[in-house]
This record gives sequence, structure tokens and C-alpha cells, in this order.
Amino acid sequence: MARRGYDGVALAVPVTVPYTRYSIRGAHWFLGQAVHELCVASGLRKEQFDGLTVSSFTLAPDTAVGVTQHLGLSPRWLDHIPTGGASGVMAVRRAARAVQAGDADIVACVAGDTNHVDSFRQMLGSFSQFARDATHPYGSGGPNAVFAFITDHTMRTSGATREDFGRLCMDQRHNALASGGTLFKRALTMDEYLAARPIATPLHLFDCVMPCAGAEAFLVMSAQRARDLGLPHVLLRGAIERHNAYADDPVMMRGGWRMDRDELYAMADAGPGDMDFVQTYDDYPVIVMVQFEDLGFCEKGEGPAFVRAHRFTWDGSLPNNTSGGQLSAGQAGAAGGFLGMTEAIRQLTGQAADHSVPGARLGLVSGYGMVTYDRCLCTGAVILGASQ
Amino acid sequence: MATSRKAAASEPMAAAQLLSLLAGALSSGRVRVVDLTQTLAPEFPQIALPPEMGQCWPFRIEEVSRYDERGPGWYWNNFSCGEHTGTHFDAPIHWISGKDLPHGSVDTIPAQHFIAPACVVDCSAQAAADPDYLLTVADLEAFEAVHGRIAAGSWLLMRTDWSKRWTQESDALAYQNFDDTGQHTPGPSSEAVRWLVEQRQVLGFGSEAIGTDAGQGAHLRPPYPCHTFMHGSGRYGLQCLTNLDQLPPTGSVLICPPLKIQRGSGSPLRVLALVA
Amino acid sequence: MPLLKPRRKNPVLRTRQINLPPSARSRVALGLTAAAAMGRFELQQCVDCKSVVYPPREACPRCASSRLRWREQDGAGALLAGTTLHHSNDLFFRERLPWRLGLVKLDAGPTLMVHLHGAVVAPQDRVPARVHIAARLDRAGQAVLIALPEKDSPNMADDPMLREMSSDPKQRKVLVTDGMTPVGQALVREFARAGAELIWVGHAQPWKQHGSGLETIAGLPQVTLLPLDLTDGRSVQALAGEIGAKVDIVVNNAEVHRGFGISARRGTDVAKLEMEVNYFGALRLAQAFGPALAGRSADGAANACAWVNLLSIYALANFPPHGTYSASKAAAHSLAQCQRAELRGAGIRVVNVFPGPIDDEWNQNLPPPKLAPAALAAAVVKALRDGIEDVYPGDVAHEWFERWRDDPKVLEREIAAGGA
Repeated sequence: MARRGYDGVALAVPVTVPYTRYSIRGAHWFLGQAVHELCVASGLRKEQFDGLTVSSFTLAPDTAVGVTQHLGLSPRWLDHIPTGGASGVMAVRRAARAVQAGDADIVACVAGDTNHVDSFRQMLGSFSQFARDATHPYGSGGPNAVFAFITDHTMRTSGATREDFGRLCMDQRHNALASGGTLFKRALTMDEYLAARPIATPLHLFDCVMPCAGAEAFLVMSAQRARDLGLPHVLLRGAIERHNAYADDPVMMRGGWRMDRDELYAMADAGPGDMDFVQTYDDYPVIVMVQFEDLGFCEKGEGPAFVRAHRFTWDGSLPNNTSGGQLSAGQAGAAGGFLGMTEAIRQLTGQAADHSVPGARLGLVSGYGMVTYDRCLCTGAVILGASQ
Repeated sequence: MATSRKAAASEPMAAAQLLSLLAGALSSGRVRVVDLTQTLAPEFPQIALPPEMGQCWPFRIEEVSRYDERGPGWYWNNFSCGEHTGTHFDAPIHWISGKDLPHGSVDTIPAQHFIAPACVVDCSAQAAADPDYLLTVADLEAFEAVHGRIAAGSWLLMRTDWSKRWTQESDALAYQNFDDTGQHTPGPSSEAVRWLVEQRQVLGFGSEAIGTDAGQGAHLRPPYPCHTFMHGSGRYGLQCLTNLDQLPPTGSVLICPPLKIQRGSGSPLRVLALVA
Repeated sequence: MPLLKPRRKNPVLRTRQINLPPSARSRVALGLTAAAAMGRFELQQCVDCKSVVYPPREACPRCASSRLRWREQDGAGALLAGTTLHHSNDLFFRERLPWRLGLVKLDAGPTLMVHLHGAVVAPQDRVPARVHIAARLDRAGQAVLIALPEKDSPNMADDPMLREMSSDPKQRKVLVTDGMTPVGQALVREFARAGAELIWVGHAQPWKQHGSGLETIAGLPQVTLLPLDLTDGRSVQALAGEIGAKVDIVVNNAEVHRGFGISARRGTDVAKLEMEVNYFGALRLAQAFGPALAGRSADGAANACAWVNLLSIYALANFPPHGTYSASKAAAHSLAQCQRAELRGAGIRVVNVFPGPIDDEWNQNLPPPKLAPAALAAAVVKALRDGIEDVYPGDVAHEWFERWRDDPKVLEREIAAGGA
């Protein structure tokens, strides 16, 4: 049975609560800020949000339900989506169906996390059963070792070099400086990238995101509703997700997008070459390269050649992570899964100010998340289109 | 057993005076108190029997508290040991030859037997030359030739200076003096014991070594003659004595009451000698 | 690289304390630890579809069956990728950087994250390096997987990662509590052979030395004889005060062993003597020496690392002809489990050894097979080297243990009927 399309579904009101390295606030504060900003930016009252998705790593002991009472919301449709980097894509897919079915009118999709000095360390030990049993005891202190393995393996099998990854990071930093939302103050040079201190070889400092506090949010509603409200919006053209794909690959070589990408492009009636920009999930540059391969921008194993052949700045041949991505802005926990979505909405509604991709009509947002053992389990992607 | 006594003054008044004179002499030092007792400590060795036999417990001591969380204002210990640990008294009931005698356990021995004169026979030179030295009848007769007849009711203490072999834990080897044929410590010959019992009616026999019998006593006839004959005739034993070299050959008075243990065969005790 | 003899420590510097690696494990993952405690590398295998699975779990990821059983693995695998950590949020690893990790595909199927031995060559090009996987207990006493090179290389045991997973006596200082028995003397010889730097040998009632064999090891250059009587608290405290701060491995082999049950010997004095040494003696030793070992458990390359309790297979199931001895060893075993829990926080490995009858005078009337003292000593040192914490040396111990694990009640009957 063919999947139903996403006709008539719109995303609007991209909100970013500014990132800070550390905060004494709880996650509820950042989510509350996001909800407040959604109201201010949309002109709506929070009571009009009759659907809610929440994504966060630092909300415990609360889940989405606790947030409803905490923030004074009474939605008739609720979803807790604790899947980190894939939570943006997954929130869009769920909210879209709720809107299409009439189960909710306006869904607020919110992701946010705080970051205390011990937040990251505390999270590591209890992230997943397999992490607790089979990776955390080995001292890698998070996903660094896992992605070091994937990077090491990829470099040897595909010929990717550190310079290839450096190029991705440099171009993203360029985008960050242009958009003004970054922790860094100056451009990243190749020398600086290569000379940075090692973290878990072959990963070095600039291959890793910095955990921070912040939030991202947007609204999902019918395109008609968006027009009636006079809200600039984008249309949802296609969306896929997959979990625990290619489980038999001994090390991550293929990402789950590969299994479902044909369907994604068929839904959107467009191909990779039609994308005006792409917001890849950039927890590590190797995964950006894998997304280029597995989302069909190039063949498997051709990632290095592809990277060498393109410029990924907002004004380059394939704009990627046009506001700098997490590698430049930091990873505000689950908000990292929403960062690409809000930037894509901005790019397609003319709200990208000094770093607008010229003539952007179509953009792909990719999600990737939840390292429970030796790879991320969740992959997903959406294609968004300009509404006019 | 008949106990010979010097005739006391027939008037009660004179006896009271004797006591008060003694108290005064003790107080002034004219009568000295010599401690013949080894300190009861965990390191002090005890008699060792073949492993198939029941063993005498060594002295062991554990603090209950020492002005600490276990008892803030006081210090005290619990200890354990055998009846025959350290400097100790042997009662007749200790040996099979004395098992049926009346008044044979430490709680039934008449209390006046615990204060008695002592004769000290010096075998220190002989024991230094030969750890297995046995005290002979000839040695006793030679002693009497100089110091007079051994009085009935006296302790006969065999001085060997064996106690000087023990000052600290590392001396256990020398004090016990084992080799692969067993223990080698001095003691009385079988004939000497019989002579002391039958010819002199002594109160008991005392030794500086780990037992009243010689270390190789099992090979005498009968085996362990001192235990056999002394206890078999209702007499007593003292062992692990020290400071016998501070006693005159005759004239000292021993005070050696064992603990009043119900049906006890002996006990560690304080052995004191009053010396003029 | 061979282990260099450590330099003398600067005495005015603070002694580094232990930080343990992450120790939380789910219950099902503890199956790995239970096997590693005996020196085995086991993974779950599905009874129905035969898949070998990792990480440990409750249901087969291939056929969803819940019938997963732990099975020993041969450890053959290929190293797919490697990394060297230069950063860690975990204090244990932070203090030991750089640290190598690897991703291995086991020939049996699953992918494993492992610690890499220094002699394992990083994969070159597309060809994965062949490795041998073993399971070891880490400093927190939990199983981790390690990759060793396929063939042994010189000085394998000196690898810093492997030394953290083991209690190798090489260049360490050892206390053997009783040198007066053939087992004690065999232990001393074996530790000397294993490269121990110093071996203190305890002896009680030294005036009983003749015929004990103590003189055969007294002359070894590493050996220092010291008085130690486990029935005397002051003796134990005094020795701990003298050498406790330098001991790296305590081996408590002191025991009293008689061949009596309940009715064969009247009175409690024999049973009391067995308890006094085998149980209370172990308690005194643990109280006196435990804190000093715990304080030095991260003290450089020759840190304090292990405590060996010589128990008996009779600790698991009473052997009625030696009934009171068995009971004393059962008491000692229970105490040793308490000790293991208490020393866990310090990263000290408590090794419990459960031999069957030893070929000594107290087992003279038992038929063979009996364990030679030299074989017992070799098993102890091997356990320390291999990081094993529960040792069942010899045929009798091995078989009794398997029967006990299968069904302790059946074993109880077998022993009572003379079947074992």
C-alpha cells in the first residue's frame, strides 16, 4: 500500500531560544521560553496550541505530560519524542498526521535542554541499557569512541581524509559567522582544524559538537490555517523515518535513509539535484558525508569525491547547514534535532537574513539520533518546499 | 596428706603479733616480695601435644573498649586461655593417677596449702650444659648436706635458669627447645620424684620450664613420673616459674593460690615468694 | 614494552586514590561478569536459531526467542576500527590516557567494543587485523572485553591496560600468611618464580618449625620470615603496622584442618580451633590489612591489587567426614564475599580459591585425585595473572563445582551417600 502524502501540511514560526554553554535553569525553562516565543512570533495564544510534541534529555523526571501542566497547556494530542537528533523529523511526521486527521489544529513542536556542568556526564551512564553495559564501561565518555570507529573505518574504506572533513567544518563555520548564531568568533582554517588536539583519534576537537543549553520550536498546522493566520510557512513535501536499519552491518556503513530515500523523493516528486539546500545532521562530519551518500547526492563510497567537488557555504554549490549546524552553534541536547528544521523554515520563508540561499524553493532536512550502542538507531528526513 | 607445721605460739596474742610483725616487715622491705610469675601474654608459649590430642589454649586477649566508641570512659579486655597456660598450678585431679583423690581440684584443695615454704635446688649449670638434665636423688642429698633436710610440706623448686631463655616472643624457639625428636627441657628423674614423695613428703614440685616433667618425660619409666607420682599422692605442681635465682636455697615462703575454678585441674596464677 | 622496576616513591607526595571505571550493569549483562570471574568469555546464544548475541539482552534479535543461554566463546575476531582516547569524562580513564579502544567483529557474529592490548596492530587499509577476544574483570570488578593479538608477544602481561585487568605478582610485594605448610612453601616458590619483588612469609608458633619445611624457603632472596599468628589479634595488628603499608597482595593460606564431623570427636575444641584460624583469623587479617591495601590501590604500577583467600570446595557443600572443617570454610567463604563487597570500592580484587583435597597429611586417607601443593600454588598465581576471582583448581574441585552449580541439593545427597 502506497503511503499517503502530506498534502496541505504546513510548518511555520521557527523559534530559537539562544544557546548558552551552561545554565542554572531547568529544561522546563527553555521549553517555556520556546512556547512563549511561539506565541509572540505567531500572535497566537498558547491555548490555541491543541497539539504538543516535546523532545528533551534533561526533563526527567517529567515527560511531555508534565510539561502540559507545568506550562499551562491542555492539548488534545500529545507526543513525547525522546529521540534526540531525529526528534525534529519525527515530530513533523507525527504532527502532520494529527493535523491531516483533524486530531489537532495547531501542533507546537518543541525541543530543548538545559546544560549544567555535570549534565553531560550524568546522562552518559544511563543513556541506554546497551550503552551502560557495553560502551560506557570502556571510558569513551559518550559517543566519541563510536564515531571515531565509524570515521576510522570510513576513512580506510572510502579514502576520505581529514581534509575532507575539515572542508565540511570550515564551510559550516562560514555559514555560522554569516548567520550570527555561533559560539565562535572567526573563521576556521584548515591548519587550525588539522592541528586541533585529538579527542578520540581520528576525531579531533573541531569534529565534535559542544553540549550547551537552548531550545528550538515550530508550529505544524494545515496550510489553509497558516494562510488564514497570515503566517509565512513552508509545505511538507515528503518525510521518512527508519529505526535500527542495516543491523547486520558490523560497523555503521549505511544509514537508514538509504532504505527509504526513494520513497522520500517520490513523495516530493523531486530528486537530490533539485534540493536548493540541505540541513544534514552534523554530530560528526563523517555522518554528514554518509548522509550525502545515503540520501542519494552521490554513490556509496563517493563521499570524499563529492565533498571535494562542492562548496557547502550558504552561497556555495550545495549549501549545507546554512546557519552553521551544531558543529558551530553547539548541541543543545534534543534541540539539535530541530536546528536544521527551524533553519530550513527560515530559508524557505525569506527569514534567513544575511545568509539566505538565493532562490531557495526546496530543502531537505535530515535527522539522525540515539546512539544506544555502536551507531545511531534513528534516521529520518523531510523535504520542505516554499509555499509561494 | 599430713601437713607438718611448726608449732604455733600457744597464745592467740603471739600469733596476732607475728602477723603484724610480718606486715611491718613487708612494708619496710625487711621481707621482700619476689614475683616468680611470667607475664600472661599472647606470645608466651604453651604446652604442645600431638595434633590428634586436644590442645591447651594459648593466652589470647581482645580489647572490649579503650576509651573509644566501644566504651568511651573505660578500658577493659576479654581474655581466654587454658587452665595450664603460662605460669600455672597443677592440681591432683589433673592426672589420671590422682583422679579419685579427695580435695583434688583447685576449688577443694585446702586454702592453707597455698602458702608454704620452698626449697630451691640449683641445677642451672647442669641444665645449661644439657637441656635434658634430670634432677637426681644424689643432687637432693648433696643439697641437704649443705642446707639441711628438706622439710615436709615444702615446695621443691628446681632452679635451672631456664626462664632466662624467655624475654620476648622471638625467644619461643629457645624456651620450647623442640627438635625432630620432641621437646628438650630439664626436669626430675623418676627416682628423685619418688624420693621427694616417699622420703620427704614435699607439698609439690616447681619448674621453670613448660612442664614439671622433663621435655622427654614420655620416655621415662613411668612416663611423666612427676605428674604420675606427685598428683597420684595428692601433691601439686608449678611450672613456668621465673626469678628462682633470687630465692635462697631455703627459707622463702611461697604464696600460690590458683583460681577457684569449679572442678578445675589447675589455673594460671600469681606466684609470689616472701624472702627475708 | 617490558615493565620497568618502579622508582622509589617520594614519600611526601599524596598517594593517588582509586577512581573506579563505570560499574553499573543490567542484571542480564552480569552474566558476562559471572563467567569472567572464572576466567571464561561467554556470550548468550539463542537456543532456537543459534545466533550469538551482544550486548547482553532478554530476547534474541533475530528470532525473538527468549531462550538465550550463556555459552563459552573462542574469541576469534577481526578488528574493524580502532581509536585512541585522548579525552574522557570518566575519572578512571582520564587518569590513564591515552587509552586504546577497538571495534571488533567476532567470527561468531556480534560487534563488540573492546579495550585494545598495546600489541594489537591498528587495522591498515581495508584489511581488518585478526584478534583474540577475552573477558576480564576491570578494576570495578565488572566484565569488560579485551582484544589481544592472535599470537603472544614478549612481555604481554606488562601492558598497562592488562595490568589494570589483572593482579600480576610481577614486581609486587606479597604476604603469604603461613609458610609452615607445604602449600605455603609452594606458594612462596611460585611467587618468587612469578617475579614478586618481596615475599613476607608468616609463621606461628615458630618453636614447632622442625619438620615443617620452613627452612627450604627461608633462604630465598625475596623472602622475609615474620611472626604471624592469626589467632592473636595483637600479632596481626603488629604485623599490619609494620608491613601493611607496603603489601600489594595478601595470600591467606593459614588454616587448621582436622578430619572430624559432629559425632567423631566429642567437645567443640577442635571445631573452635578450626573456626579460630579459618574464620576469625581471616576476619582479623581482613580488619588489619584491608585499609592499608585499599589506600594504595592506585599507587603506581606496583599498586596494591589483590587478596587471596584459600578456602575449600567443601565451603560450597559440606564434606561430612571433615564436617567441622567444611563448616569453618563455609563461614570463611561467606566472610570472603563480604570482604569482596567491602573492598570493591577500592578496586582490590578478592580471589577465592576452592581446592578439593590437597595432597597433604590431613587428607592422607582420602583416595586420589588429590591436588599437589605445587599445582595449587600455580593455580593461584595464574588466577592473579588472568584476573580470575573464583578459582576451582584441580579435578575434584572442578567436578564438585559443576555438580553444585547444576543442583546443590543433588550434590548434598551424593556426598551423604558417598557418591561424590
